Amino acid sequence: MIAEATRTYRAGEYHEFEGRGRRFLYLVPAGAIFEVDEFAGTIIDRLADGEASHDELIDGLAAKGMSIGDAEELVAELLGSRTLLAAGFKPEAVQEAPAVFPMQTLVMNLTNQCNLSCQYCYEFGADKVATPDGKPKFMEMDTAKASVDFLMEQSAGRRTVHITFFGGETLMNFPLLREVVGYANQRAAEFGKSIDYSLTTNATLITPQIIEFLSENRIGVTVSMDGPKELHDKLRVFSNGMGSYDMIAPRVKALIAGHRTRPIVARVTLTSNVTDVIRIYRHLKEDMGFHEVGFAPVTSTPNQLYSIQDAGMDTVLGQFKQLADEYLEYALRGEMHGFTNVSDTIAELYQGVNKSQPCGAGLGLMGVGPSGDIAPCHRFVDSDTHALGNIKTGIDREKQQEFLTRGHINNKYECSTCWARPLCAGGCHHEAYVRYGNTGHPNLHYCDWIREWTDTCLRIFGTLDAQNPQFLETFAERKAL
Amino acid sequence: MKHLRPVNRKARRIDEIISPPAQDVEALQNRNNPAPQRPHFPMGCALSFSPGWEVDSAGGTAGLCQPVERDIYDCYVTCFWPAQVPDHLNNYPDWASKCATATKDWRNLDLVFP
Repeated sequence: MIAEATRTYRAGEYHEFEGRGRRFLYLVPAGAIFEVDEFAGTIIDRLADGEASHDELIDGLAAKGMSIGDAEELVAELLGSRTLLAAGFKPEAVQEAPAVFPMQTLVMNLTNQCNLSCQYCYEFGADKVATPDGKPKFMEMDTAKASVDFLMEQSAGRRTVHITFFGGETLMNFPLLREVVGYANQRAAEFGKSIDYSLTTNATLITPQIIEFLSENRIGVTVSMDGPKELHDKLRVFSNGMGSYDMIAPRVKALIAGHRTRPIVARVTLTSNVTDVIRIYRHLKEDMGFHEVGFAPVTSTPNQLYSIQDAGMDTVLGQFKQLADEYLEYALRGEMHGFTNVSDTIAELYQGVNKSQPCGAGLGLMGVGPSGDIAPCHRFVDSDTHALGNIKTGIDREKQQEFLTRGHINNKYECSTCWARPLCAGGCHHEAYVRYGNTGHPNLHYCDWIREWTDTCLRIFGTLDAQNPQFLETFAERKAL
Repeated sequence: MKHLRPVNRKARRIDEIISPPAQDVEALQNRNNPAPQRPHFPMGCALSFSPGWEVDSAGGTAGLCQPVERDIYDCYVTCFWPAQVPDHLNNYPDWASKCATATKDWRNLDLVFP
């Protein structure tokens, strides 16, 4: 009376890309990358026109000279990898993170004070979320000790933990930093963990003694610097409006010359008049001598004068692509290029990450302010709205859960059909809060940009896989374990 | 995998999961057998269809593999379709009571005038 439904298949969720004439698929949501041969390619082409029956696919392959057995095997491979989905296939729900996630990184804002007055600062600028009134301006040692203990206790089975020092201007509280490193080294030894450190600074306060300390303790340094003088001084200014370039340039050079144990990284904030990525890169890499340079557009509400509008983003992306091509040339010769935006993406593609949260904020990473208040990350430090407890009383698990639920990819409807979601997962919680007033809102203003950038990096990945796969093996070690 | 080549770490994990282990002789033997028979779907609109519900290859109804008349019950009781048949749940529970075998008794089915 009623016939058995015929087996029909539709295309799975994937993004196709090419590398040196070979065809690759980036499978979503797994985050897996496969190269496909000619036969698999014919099936993919057929499915682009809509559903197909099992028999039609097999017949099509047979017509291309494939044996039936081989064709069945190919279809099984495609089904197994979910390149092909049976009609009526329903994906499993995304796994929830464990309720208590072991800590890995603690960002300690040693002070909320700063000697610069960069207009775009997310801590002091127009779009700030911090409410520092009545709170301590500098962290005290007892808060710092409690923070280190907290990290040790909450990191459970992790072998390596990480402390990032942050500000304000981090080095305005260098005496505390020095003490914390001593204390944390001792505690880590007691817990049998290894620990490493990094800090972010505007470089105005660097002295030879500080350089020596940083180098001896293998503390990674990121310098906030926006490029050559003319660009850097547009927004990175002292409170009297004077630019900070002349002050920091000799200090940065001394730092790079004197600190030999860790790479020194420049972190550039792109704004409406600072979009000349290539010129900035050349200056920071070649003239200043930074090992690596990373770029990110400023976080702001769209109506700020310094925020980058769509046309500006097109310029940025165009130049990102040029630098990415240069990265590829270097990589094909087996050399490391300093453009970190590519390395970071390639590292994630190598592992095949599939994120349910855009980053580790509130999960394996927390920020602590001078008051001891715990925040999802350094960008939310000192904000009453976003506090997740205090270092002395512990994490407020309910608030943490609320934050994580909001940021979960399951709750970002717009992301559910996007092929770039395994890497992006809706983007920065803080950016979302500033733009949309909700940390769980997808960052829709940069979707196209993320997809194009991810595609660019996938092509680099494919080309390297075809021509210099050894280079990709340098990404085998996971950043975080 | 012969036609897909895993390129990143996640792809290699998928490959390990779906590729039968090489030493598994039984799995190798079974490879070329047809896929196991799928379960028979219960009746319902979404997953099943009845052949013969429109026209045969000649454009008529004579060559359908099921008599057209039996289609009436696809819209009545098993899968109520209000546009086609009276509502058997509330208003016309006895509409088909004089029609035991649709292919023979279909003339006993009458129109209703709500």
